[in-house]
Amino acid sequence: MALILNEDQQLLKQMAGDFVKNESPTSRIRQIRESGDEVGFSRELWGRMAELGWQGILIPEQYGGLGMGYAEMACVLEECGRKLVPEPLLSAVLLGGNAVLLGGNEAQKSELLPKVADGSLLMTLAYQEKGSRYSTSQVKTAATSAAGGYAISGEKVLVIDGHVADKLVVSARTAGVVDDPDGVSVFMVDREAAGVEIVQQTTMHLRNSAIVRLHDVEVGRDALLGAEGAGVALLDDVIDRATVGLAAEMLGGSLEAFEMTLEYLKTRKQFGVLIGTFQALKHRAAEMFVELELGRSAVAGAAQALDSGADDARALVSVAKARVSDLAVLVGYEAIQMHGGIGMTDEHDIGFYLKRARGSELTFGDSAFHRARFATIQGY
Amino acid sequence: MSDLESFREQTRAWLEENCPQSMRWAPRKRGNPALADDLVWGGKKQTYPNADAKVWLERMAAKGWTAPTWPREYGGGGLDKAQAKILSQEMSAVRAKPPLIGFGLTMIGPLLVANGSEEQKLRFLPEICRGEIRWCQGYSEPGSGSDLASLQTRAVVDGDDYVLNGQKVWTSYADQSDWMFCLIRTDPDVPKHQGITFILLDMQSPGVSVQAIKLISGASPFCETFLDDVRVPRDQVVGAVNDGWTMAKALLGHERTMISDAFSESSERNQLVELARTYIGEDGDGKISDQVVRDKIAQLTMNKVCFDLTVGRTKEAAKIGQQPGPESSIFKYYATELNKDRHSMMVSVLGPQALGWEGEGFEQDELDVTRSWLRSRGNSIEGGTSEVQLNIIAKRVLGLPE
Repeated sequence: MALILNEDQQLLKQMAGDFVKNESPTSRIRQIRESGDEVGFSRELWGRMAELGWQGILIPEQYGGLGMGYAEMACVLEECGRKLVPEPLLSAVLLGGNAVLLGGNEAQKSELLPKVADGSLLMTLAYQEKGSRYSTSQVKTAATSAAGGYAISGEKVLVIDGHVADKLVVSARTAGVVDDPDGVSVFMVDREAAGVEIVQQTTMHLRNSAIVRLHDVEVGRDALLGAEGAGVALLDDVIDRATVGLAAEMLGGSLEAFEMTLEYLKTRKQFGVLIGTFQALKHRAAEMFVELELGRSAVAGAAQALDSGADDARALVSVAKARVSDLAVLVGYEAIQMHGGIGMTDEHDIGFYLKRARGSELTFGDSAFHRARFATIQGY
Repeated sequence: MSDLESFREQTRAWLEENCPQSMRWAPRKRGNPALADDLVWGGKKQTYPNADAKVWLERMAAKGWTAPTWPREYGGGGLDKAQAKILSQEMSAVRAKPPLIGFGLTMIGPLLVANGSEEQKLRFLPEICRGEIRWCQGYSEPGSGSDLASLQTRAVVDGDDYVLNGQKVWTSYADQSDWMFCLIRTDPDVPKHQGITFILLDMQSPGVSVQAIKLISGASPFCETFLDDVRVPRDQVVGAVNDGWTMAKALLGHERTMISDAFSESSERNQLVELARTYIGEDGDGKISDQVVRDKIAQLTMNKVCFDLTVGRTKEAAKIGQQPGPESSIFKYYATELNKDRHSMMVSVLGPQALGWEGEGFEQDELDVTRSWLRSRGNSIEGGTSEVQLNIIAKRVLGLPE
């Protein structure tokens, strides 16, 4: 077991925290929103993250990565989550990169993973459809046999960083009916391929997202990741890993919002006293602290389980996502309430954290979804 | 073979030979081990329905292994940390029950080892190790619950004695105990924390009377203790006069750890799930048929997983010699709230079968669920209320202003 950070991990986290604080204050995400910047992140900063090796943390050394684990990835993502850093780590590495790492054959891995690791290739996962909620088997997008491969048609929504991804990992049905767990296949589609239409979406929580429409897009057999028809298991494995990354990011966001609120309680005066002297607020602050500590444990437990290949990893992923979903929303709500009127204004940054909290809660399954999944895994 | 390896071999062989079969846990123990009825709390009122319990205690006490790390001259085993760990592992391996439990070994004993006078150590520690005296804790008073330091029981010097007057309440098992360690006000004219002294009191002293308190659960684990002109020799003060709060803080911290430990035992099975299958039923896939109950059980179970992981973080830190982090401040609060929620949920799952108090129409297990639920409501009151715990976090961890 390794639930606490070793010295190397502490150093990595410290460096990531300093980098984020200096290079990516929360004001960045406001600037991006105001300017209507279509890229939505900085390629220059992305390059500097690559110099630090962040894109390669999870990629094995033989494919040009650092061969580290989720404990390390969580250190970086927690710090990024603190400032709502918009660079596409979640999509490029945890979704796209993992799809290749877990589903790809040797040729696919050796061609693509080094480019993921050095930041030169942006990939993402396009699995969600309108109305599919958190299911990986609710797939209407269809892939039919065509000369030399497949032709794919359908619409994917809320594709994280889909507006910039060079390669889209797309789930499509090669057999079966809509929610059949069998018959889903996973393909890689170039954004430049004929018939690909990408429309940027504007999200409440400022997560760069896009609709991806596929109109008879032809791909070769070598575009298939994993076995035909066995895509749901691959998708679930990929999303589990991305979920732990997202949970770490959510923990960071919750910590930041909590610390901002704590600072407010220590400086804001009403009725002639600091509002932090009121026991009604002290107890709620202390309860948030309790939840933050449990959330940190949950994220550490899930990361550790993935890194050690534990049998109960999937259950612990659900524990973590359920926990931080409730945590992030609690802290978001309390942060707004404790900030009072200023917390309701767009001018104050605290609102970004509530929106991101709920947006992340509703990504990869909310707490109710993960409780049900946990119960199923546990056999009840 | 290293010294430790040979110690392990000898220990294993000795335990195998000396631990009676009836003093070993059944392969699947269930429930709180402290409630097992052949565990020995010691003291003059101890009875031995199971004669093996006495044999086991005497054999272990003769080795000094009821208090393995205490010095041998005080009746302990004189083991170092590594040896004590081996003893504990080997006892687990043969499923040995503890030969002796109680406040003597876990609370007052360690305090005396660290802070007692040489005379006190020689007088009390060997008797504690042999299970000859049982202790209770006299802290709370009718007017001093969460605000413990406001206690009023007075001690006035008279010759070589103190004369004590006042009333203690919530003294666990005072009616079964031979001695009490208590906090007594020795100086009423200084700030409240500075006028308190830690005193050892013989429960047989003239002027001590004890009355059991019946709880909402029907059980009576606590007593009221009345002190009327009780004479206590002045050499029964532990630490310095008026420095009792320092002693008490050390022990209170220990009590909170013990309470959270008691609730953090990992169980191999999920009792709530088993009850739900029985009382609510399951569908064709083996899922609990009531979705809301299933969701609540998953929530409680996940809460427990998160709590155990948090305790795990502190344990890992301790292993590499780090002090417990701020996470340890949540243990007492969260463990007790979780335990209350779990018991409350068990009653919900039983439904009308939780309505029994005694007699016909109810199984013993059902009556136990109801009684345990009622008892659990006290978890967030005893040993520092949840509200006090939150105050401590707000002040010490979060630094919120007074």
